[in-house]
Amino acid sequence: MKHRALLVAVALLLPGGAAMAQSGPWGPGADDAAFAQMLKTSFKGRGVATLDRLNQDETQVFCSDPETVYAPESAARREEIEKVNLASVKWPADGVWLGDWKEGEKIAQSGRGNTWTDKPEQVNGGNCYNCHQISAEEISHGTIGPSLHNYGKLRGTDDAVMKATWAKIYNSKSNNACSNMPRAGHMGILSEEQMKHLMALLLDPRSPVNQ
Amino acid sequence: MHQASTGIAAFLAAVAAVTVAHAQMDNPQAGIEAYREALQDGNPAELHEMAGEELWTTPAGPKNASLEQCDLGLGPGVVKGAYARLPRYFADTDRVQDLESRLLTCMETLQGKDPKVYIDASFTAPPKEEMNALVAYLSGQSRDVAVTVTPEHPKERAMYELGKRLFFFQGGPYDFSCATCHGQEGTRIRMQDLPYIPGHEGAAAGWTSWPAYRVSNGQMWSMQWRLNDCFRQQRFPEPIYASDATIALSTYIAANSNGAVMKTPGIKR
Ligand code: HEC
Ligand code: HEC
Repeated sequence: MKHRALLVAVALLLPGGAAMAQSGPWGPGADDAAFAQMLKTSFKGRGVATLDRLNQDETQVFCSDPETVYAPESAARREEIEKVNLASVKWPADGVWLGDWKEGEKIAQSGRGNTWTDKPEQVNGGNCYNCHQISAEEISHGTIGPSLHNYGKLRGTDDAVMKATWAKIYNSKSNNACSNMPRAGHMGILSEEQMKHLMALLLDPRSPVNQ
Repeated sequence: MHQASTGIAAFLAAVAAVTVAHAQMDNPQAGIEAYREALQDGNPAELHEMAGEELWTTPAGPKNASLEQCDLGLGPGVVKGAYARLPRYFADTDRVQDLESRLLTCMETLQGKDPKVYIDASFTAPPKEEMNALVAYLSGQSRDVAVTVTPEHPKERAMYELGKRLFFFQGGPYDFSCATCHGQEGTRIRMQDLPYIPGHEGAAAGWTSWPAYRVSNGQMWSMQWRLNDCFRQQRFPEPIYASDATIALSTYIAANSNGAVMKTPGIKR
């Protein structure tokens, strides 16, 4: 997370940042200075949830303004953001895409990690079921994201599918600038090994997802 | 104060059995529906309301005064309908305040208490138990009253806009904002329905039902506690109790709910 250098306040002093922020829909009294001041006085770091989490990167700055995000004139900016995020994707070092789907199921189930009540040494979960239907047996699933049931069965398992799925999990913003999905690899939430297990959950023909 | 705490403890023990029974049901939604029915003439929040009323009327603090002369916006001592008009601007503090920050003001000015003790205490520690009981009582005094939060004063309008901006502000390792979970119609996290807070209906569903008694853990949660736990799930740093960020969000949600009828204190999963 070293690259997350843009302080809200600092970002807004940059010419590009200022233009972007001012085009926002915020009404009287919610100007950049007042907003930065409110953030500064309202939070305290606790456990792993340190104050630097309020420092946005350029993707977060752009995606925090709902009126410009999907405006036609933002198309070029969205593309730029997707490019930056795609460039951050690290591909599996050994060229192997799939791990063990059983491990993947556990990671998809776990929502643990990164809150101020979580311990730094504990293994993070993927939170996938919080937002997605995945295997049909698990009925307690969220609906913020689309169903991933039959994911591999529907798409096949050629290299293009592997690559696209890896990129999606590693950095969800690589093909959708303001996706609601976290950037699991890019933000260091999941390890390469964990992401391979999730790949297997979605793409291994033996996984219950594809039965 | 002692009496109130003992009351809360005894009552928590009494509901533990019910809570366990509920936890064993396989369908959480059906569970809460059944539980709601069973409790129709007795939300356990009532015991917290009683404890809160006692805290309100009992002299305490270095000045050995009660809170009865506290001005919640409708004049000193007026509690009926006051919660339904909060957050609002207060001239004496020159701030927009929600119920909890306003209570801290009264505890300091009337009773001579140090607000810091209440701000810093964890939500399950005795000072916060007092706050949670007080909001249970005061929110009950606005039950069936229509929310009237229409930002007019420049500081109220600023708070509303700050709250709106914060609602969409993404940060942290998961890029979450409030809008990630509450910015679309009809979504859920696991089995929990997520209200669409930018709209009237979703905002009102949340605003008019908190503070609430939580069946799953037997705790009485204030709105500050609710927001605190959402920030935790958002992977943000912890909001300071009664800070401007929390009041701004409450102003945004309350104003979006304007006109809806208070059902407080509520009962939740
Ligand atoms: C906070 C909610 C959220 C979480 C958590 C989440 N996702 Fe997503 N996911 C989404 C949304 C929303 C989309 C659709 C929009 C998009 O493509 O960006 C999506 C899209 C996807 C897609 C592309 C689907 C398609 O049809 O192209 C895949 C694959 C995926 N998610 C896998 C995962 C995995 C694996 C995890 C767990 C590591 C996960 N998601 C966690 C919200 C989430
Ligand atoms: C990661 C997802 C997530 C994020 C981010 C989040 N919340 Fe929540 N919120 C929830 C869940 C889950 C519930 C509980 C729903 C339940 O218990 O049925 C909830 C409940 C609420 C409620 C009560 C709704 C009701 O009808 O009882 C309010 C109000 C609320 N959230 C406001 C916010 C605000 C303001 C923010 C931003 C600071 C926020 N939430 C961020 C997941 C989230």
